[in-house]
Amino acid sequence: MMIRHHLSDQLLMAYAAGQLPEAFNLVVATHVSLCDECRARSASFDAVGGALLEEAEEISMGEDALARTLARIEGLPQATRSEPLRGAGIFPAPLVDYVGGDLSAVRWRKVGGGVKQAILPTGKDATARLLYIPAGTAVPDHGHRGMELTLVLQGAFADENDRFGRGDIEIADEEMEHTPVALAGEDCICLAATDAPLRFRGLLPRLAQPLLRI
Amino acid sequence: MTGQAGQPHLRAAVEKDGLHRKKDGSVAKENETDWAALMIRVRDHQDRTAFADLFRHFAPRVKAFLMKSGAGAALAEECAQDVMATLWQKAHLFDPARASVSTWVYTIARNRRIDALRKARRAEPEELDWGPAPEPDQAEALETQQETERLGRALAALPAPQRTLIERAFYGELSHSEIAAETGLPLGTIKSRIRLALDKLRHQLG
Repeated sequence: MMIRHHLSDQLLMAYAAGQLPEAFNLVVATHVSLCDECRARSASFDAVGGALLEEAEEISMGEDALARTLARIEGLPQATRSEPLRGAGIFPAPLVDYVGGDLSAVRWRKVGGGVKQAILPTGKDATARLLYIPAGTAVPDHGHRGMELTLVLQGAFADENDRFGRGDIEIADEEMEHTPVALAGEDCICLAATDAPLRFRGLLPRLAQPLLRI
Repeated sequence: MTGQAGQPHLRAAVEKDGLHRKKDGSVAKENETDWAALMIRVRDHQDRTAFADLFRHFAPRVKAFLMKSGAGAALAEECAQDVMATLWQKAHLFDPARASVSTWVYTIARNRRIDALRKARRAEPEELDWGPAPEPDQAEALETQQETERLGRALAALPAPQRTLIERAFYGELSHSEIAAETGLPLGTIKSRIRLALDKLRHQLG
């Protein structure tokens, strides 16, 4: 797999600083699971945090803090390597965690034109969803509100400027308007996140929401 | 100890940083404590004395980090203890070729802060630790520690406004859209080092 479209420094630094909305964390973690280049870049931003911590001032711990922590770890089974979560099919581990399984566990909702989506449970400051776009289908011309990340998990899409295949991430901002088309071949499955507010959430029936926004 | 550690260029780097390699290959300290060695004693031997040394150094820094990030003293104290307990519990995940101890402690503290202050979840990338534990390579581990120290010096040498922006980002004072990508930090070298370690791990796993 050759990944050509990577995360930005801004996103990686915000991820390292712990300042991204949950939905964006999920997209970043999923891309990093597929991309060692961004894993290394992400780790280098973590190292900035480490360097800051090393130089940070110290604030004394309570007198009994060490004794209490030692007492706590007595009861903790150290080095019992709990089996880490693994990817399944086209889903890397973080996505398996959010979906509760592999592709077959996704509860799709039709949004028209053969396109399906499934909104994933995240904090309200941004929304994450899986998108299923049949091969060869054009997504209606659309603009973006806020920042939007789209990570390809299967198949590929292209817009006027570029092609995005598995592992590639498209970062779109408010200025961007384009017409992405799922390429022929495999149906395209993406993980997308946006920090634009979901309008009408919980107040009106879902039917009142815009048909499709990616 | 691998033969690699004896290479002249590495020896020079070691001595420049005020560390000296003894005949048995262990790293002797002048002023710097070898936190990675202590961490490995915790990881491989459940060494409580090594844990206590790590605690005395890192817990007060974690507490300060959490308080700067907006936690009250009592919460910061409790969370700093949690962080150090997690360091013990997850010691098997520590890989000195990929992160210095301070970086590793930072990531645990950051995640604890997200839990405690933002009540949010932070998805983590898929772990790469499956299969047999990779052979520890002290030369690589040492270089990773030194890269973090160099990064610290570079950070200290930045003009104040730039440094302040980075601190504010990491202490949680900036939203993700306010965080600027242009930090002026020389991250290329440390990134390359980590990338090498990842490639090697992939090779071992493959």
